[in-house]
Amino acid sequence: MILSKVIELLLGGMVTSIEIFLLTLLFSLPLGLVVAGGRMSKFAPLRWIAKVYISIMRGTPLMLQLIVVFFAPYYVFGINLSADYRFIAVIIAFTINYAAYFAEIYRGGIESINSGQYEAAQVLGYSKFQTFFIIILPQVFKVVLPSITNEVITLVKDTSLSFVIAIPEMFTVAKQIAASEASIAALLVAGVFYYVFNMIVAFVMEHIENRLDYYE
Amino acid sequence: MSLLEVKNLKKSFDDNVVLKDISLNVERGEVLAIIGPSGSGKSTLLRCITDLEQEDSGEINFDGTFGLVFQNFNLFPHHSVMKNITNAPIKVQKRDKSEVFEHARKLLSQMGLSDKEDAYPCELSGGQQQRVSIARALAMNPDILFFDEPTSALDPELTGEILNVIKDLAANNMTMVIVTHEMAFARNVADTIIFMDGGVIVEEGTPEEVFSSDNQRMKDFLGKFYD
Ligand SMILES: Nc1ncnc2c1ncn2[C@@H]1O[C@H](COP(=O)(O)OP(=O)(O)OP(=O)(O)O)[C@@H](O)[C@H]1O
Ligand SMILES: [Mg+2]
Repeated sequence: MILSKVIELLLGGMVTSIEIFLLTLLFSLPLGLVVAGGRMSKFAPLRWIAKVYISIMRGTPLMLQLIVVFFAPYYVFGINLSADYRFIAVIIAFTINYAAYFAEIYRGGIESINSGQYEAAQVLGYSKFQTFFIIILPQVFKVVLPSITNEVITLVKDTSLSFVIAIPEMFTVAKQIAASEASIAALLVAGVFYYVFNMIVAFVMEHIENRLDYYE
Repeated sequence: MSLLEVKNLKKSFDDNVVLKDISLNVERGEVLAIIGPSGSGKSTLLRCITDLEQEDSGEINFDGTFGLVFQNFNLFPHHSVMKNITNAPIKVQKRDKSEVFEHARKLLSQMGLSDKEDAYPCELSGGQQQRVSIARALAMNPDILFFDEPTSALDPELTGEILNVIKDLAANNMTMVIVTHEMAFARNVADTIIFMDGGVIVEEGTPEEVFSSDNQRMKDFLGKFYD
């Protein structure tokens, strides 16, 4: 197979990788905030549920979680899902996994905000809701951004784990080509793609960090 | 009727009784200074009156808006000076934007900070930050302004500028309750001084009365400042 054909096939896979990447961030970043809220709740059962959830998500392999989310509807509930479910399962598995990591990052960020910020806001009459979204959260984002960047870069590489339920993303495609051609060239090209992908991610995150650098 | 009435206020943290039985009145236009040794409950008293702490028993009668100026400013670091001052009047009091901005510019010029509108708190000196926080409190049109050691976090050469701002406010009949360790200032600016020790009011009166008191605890406390 000629190199241009390999690249063409890989680019097709890359589109799927990017979809997984973007959809995971879209859902897990806000979900992580909700989980962090549960983790810090005054209501003990909620706190406990969030804690167990986070510990399972962080304590078991993501690859295993992908398989469970994909097969559970059939083997546990006997439901036959359409072919589309394969992709949905990937998004669900990545989202719930990354939300757990983001939740812990948010929690650290929220706890790092000085109690004087809450007190100043309260004395000025801000509601709890306003205090969180106007005063606290913007400061939290700045604090947690470097940790979020680390997770986002890991996510780029983790998308390749979807090969385990045969999603035709870049790594799955590269593996198939490598097997049929008896050559690792396609895998090396895929490696270059992941690397470039992450260079772009790092560039974008650095840009956001710089934008937030207007205060200390 | 007094603007602020505190009756038989009691507050403990676990078994640490911090406020034993505090009663005081503040009249409109009055400047009250609260002095006393560290741990005597001055901050706790202000925090109960401003709802940052829940008292165990007693009564606080106050009908109006108040501002609180903190020792360490507590400005919002991600908001510009202008936004720190204008955001609550606009978002909380729902006042007209242009009126609030005009008010804020007046306050900034009063504080000598007209050129700092667009600065962020981290770009200002401690004294400038404290002046912004006073402007932020004043922007809410408070009936009464509380200060908890407004100069204690500042370098000695910067305390003067804050004390002058407070003196100006007093000259304009602003009602104020000021917790301070600056004895000369308290004596100079206050109509009434309260000396607290061990969670009770030991002395209360005009500066002349309090500073010439025969009370032994009062004399010991003042002695430390005159050594
Ligand atoms: N949130 C809290 N939890 C437990 N104890 C507290 C709390 N806040 C204050 N205290 C205790 O209450 C007592 C009075 O504290 P407070 O801060 O009111 O004193 P203060 O007169 O303001 O002292 P300073 O001059 O040092 O500021 C102290 O013994 C302090 O340890
Ligand atoms: Mg204090």
